[in-house]
Amino acid sequence: MTEKSQVNWTKIIQIGLIGGAVAVLLCLVGMVEAFSKRDIIAGVISLGQILLVIIVFTIGYTGAKRASSRDWRISLVSGIIAGLLVGSLIAGLVLLSKGINLRPVLVNASPALFKILTFDQKTTAMAVFYLVAGGAGVGLIAGLLYILPARIRSAIIAGLIWVILVGLLQDLIRLTLTPWPQVANAVSWIFGARNQKGLSVIGAVAIFIVVTGGNFLWAGWKPTVQASYQGLPAPRQNMVRYGSLFLIALVLLYMPNLLGPFLSEVATTVGLYILMGLGLNIVVGFAGLLDLGYVAFFAIGAYVMGVLTTTGGELTTSAQWTFWEALPVAVLASVIAGVILGVPVLHIRGDYLAIVTLGFGEIIRILALSDMLKPHIGGSQGIVQVARASIGEIVIDDAQKLYYLILIACLIGAFIALRLKDSRPGRAWMAMREDEDVAQAMGIDLVVTKLMAFGVGAAFSGLSGAIFASKLATIYPHSFNLLISVNVLALIIVGGMGSIPGVVVGALALVGLPELLREFDEFRLMVYGAVLVAMMLYRPEGLWPEKTRQRELHAEEDVPVTENVVDLTGATSAVTGGQ
Amino acid sequence: MSMLKVQKLVKRFGGLVAIGDLDLDVKEQAIHSVIGPNGAGKTTLFNCITGFYKPEEGDILLNGESLLNKSPDVITHKGIARTYQNIRLFANMPAIENVLVGLHSHLKTNLLGAIFRFPSVRQEEKQALEEARRLLRFVGLAGKGDLLAKNLPYGDQRRLEIARALASKPKVLLLDEPTAGMNPQETAEMTHFIQHLRDELGITILLIEHDMKVVMGISETVTVLDYGVKIAEGVPAEIQRNTRVIEAYLGRGVVANLEQAA
Repeated sequence: MTEKSQVNWTKIIQIGLIGGAVAVLLCLVGMVEAFSKRDIIAGVISLGQILLVIIVFTIGYTGAKRASSRDWRISLVSGIIAGLLVGSLIAGLVLLSKGINLRPVLVNASPALFKILTFDQKTTAMAVFYLVAGGAGVGLIAGLLYILPARIRSAIIAGLIWVILVGLLQDLIRLTLTPWPQVANAVSWIFGARNQKGLSVIGAVAIFIVVTGGNFLWAGWKPTVQASYQGLPAPRQNMVRYGSLFLIALVLLYMPNLLGPFLSEVATTVGLYILMGLGLNIVVGFAGLLDLGYVAFFAIGAYVMGVLTTTGGELTTSAQWTFWEALPVAVLASVIAGVILGVPVLHIRGDYLAIVTLGFGEIIRILALSDMLKPHIGGSQGIVQVARASIGEIVIDDAQKLYYLILIACLIGAFIALRLKDSRPGRAWMAMREDEDVAQAMGIDLVVTKLMAFGVGAAFSGLSGAIFASKLATIYPHSFNLLISVNVLALIIVGGMGSIPGVVVGALALVGLPELLREFDEFRLMVYGAVLVAMMLYRPEGLWPEKTRQRELHAEEDVPVTENVVDLTGATSAVTGGQ
Repeated sequence: MSMLKVQKLVKRFGGLVAIGDLDLDVKEQAIHSVIGPNGAGKTTLFNCITGFYKPEEGDILLNGESLLNKSPDVITHKGIARTYQNIRLFANMPAIENVLVGLHSHLKTNLLGAIFRFPSVRQEEKQALEEARRLLRFVGLAGKGDLLAKNLPYGDQRRLEIARALASKPKVLLLDEPTAGMNPQETAEMTHFIQHLRDELGITILLIEHDMKVVMGISETVTVLDYGVKIAEGVPAEIQRNTRVIEAYLGRGVVANLEQAA
């Protein structure tokens, strides 16, 4: 057994114990119990149980991987040991609860939790046996999966993930399908009975088979498809690219009908965050100015829109403008506020900048709450009856119509961000992010460049705020708390600093998903924290990192060079002569 | 004709006199070296010239125009560029973008132009890219422009820093120990390259260097600093024989010992 002696068993035991601790923690904070109210497969397994299974599975897999042995038996044993340890720790928790009443200290150690953990077994011994054996079993499966070829493994994992996803979002899927009764009926067998949440057993199996099979086959075809795409002549490649863009555009346009009112509402919220993310991405991602008071400009945009357009309430000042009249003023006001904030912080860097901007965000919120400004902006009662946007006869008053307004705003925002990124001002921002002193020594005017970043960033946020005010038709100071700034910053980090698609991905993950999983709201911040820590450890570049463009060898050849449009031929023109 | 003139420059940090009453006269198209032991005030001199430090007294003139109280970016516009002793590239940007940043002061595109990308802006970008490629070729980095600056090998990073400095089309180029950390082969190449810069582009070069072979090989004038004070100035051959210089480097008494030995 020379092979065995090389395996680091203490490491595997350590992994198992860590997993067990995580599982026990999730039980004791109430997550397992809360999640158990949702069935993934009706009557078979709940989300709470899946949560535990996922932990055991991940730990078993990590154990098998860390054993890093070529011997498949060792991988299996490592998986079992790690899984067994997680199961044992949960069993330990069950045993402990039999002896001592944990409730006075740990409020979530409720009978309901132990009912879930003991699988309704009457005797503790049986429950403990089930937990330990179950842990080892799942660990074994994880180990098995590890020794399978990568292609099969990833296909199976994709299948499992999709089963959980569809199960999780099943009521939304059902809701979405209601306009098409035929379709809804045709797929109704996938879901449990009407009054049940979750998938039916056959449905789960079907989804698993379809996704796993599809994934497996696609893994085989992918190289051929890619090769044939690469083999196409350039104009054909462009056709494929524009074709897919066109398809995406069609889907985006048709989306509100597909999503229905509730999901459209979620989409508009995500859209407003995307807009803010695009703006903050310019300030933080491009220019490297850590701004924690970004909500201030959102508030300013919303309040300017509110004050200028409100038709009700007791405000002394109300112009009763239309949405479109007020919109440019709201954006402009945010830009001015951005520049004004920029001036005092011109010489502040890094952490200090974050603290100062944080303060600015709070100042704006407190001003909005203040009695001093109450006659003008409503104080804590806020502003009611903010104007809706309207185009001709159509009043944009529900989420499905608002979706288009926000979509257009996001597209304009993304366009501007993309254009700025590859331009002289964009390069100046990035140079400043990399090294402020050297940027200045390269002839970049730091004052102008910084103020420009703050101003442009604030414009996006102000636009988002103005639409937000019109969306809700009422605004309160409490809508503009620090958490919005934190959310926007977090979505940029998760998506990938400086990356524009990253903003969209980050907003979907950090704003969209939690909106869909509202019942788990109380764990939102905990999951947030865990996700951010995990991201920083394992994928610091973000979900969709910024790609560096190939500029030296693949430049766009769309503009013919004519000489002397710009005098770039000064001293260095001799360069070519010198060679 | 004098290109860059430093007059009675004084720079203090608290009680420490980093530069005391320094006069320097850099002739047009010269290669002028500044040498001296560590802490002699060489890099402080560079920081004063480029506007990062405000000197307490004295004046700095470029072509007769004072650079005092001008910010570093303005001084770059006036025609002074520099490299750094410890390489300071924009590490997470591709090499070619580093050079494009160097071109910043010669481009005009503003925010609106960047967003709407008018024909004139496209033209400008196109030419800037052309120019950046040319500079990369010039410093011998052709084909490496799309690599991130931090991924370039050490010698290439030094070259890129020079390309970036050249992009601003300087009249005077300040090089802070360009051969630091290079092997003899690379040092020889760099020496040749600096000479080439002056001969081909007609740029005036002010050089801080520790490698005496480089200094003595290419400089027309050498200025020696010690504790912020100029202790000698002249053509390389004079400096090599100057006892004060030898003492500054090797300590007092060495000269006497050497003479005894000889």
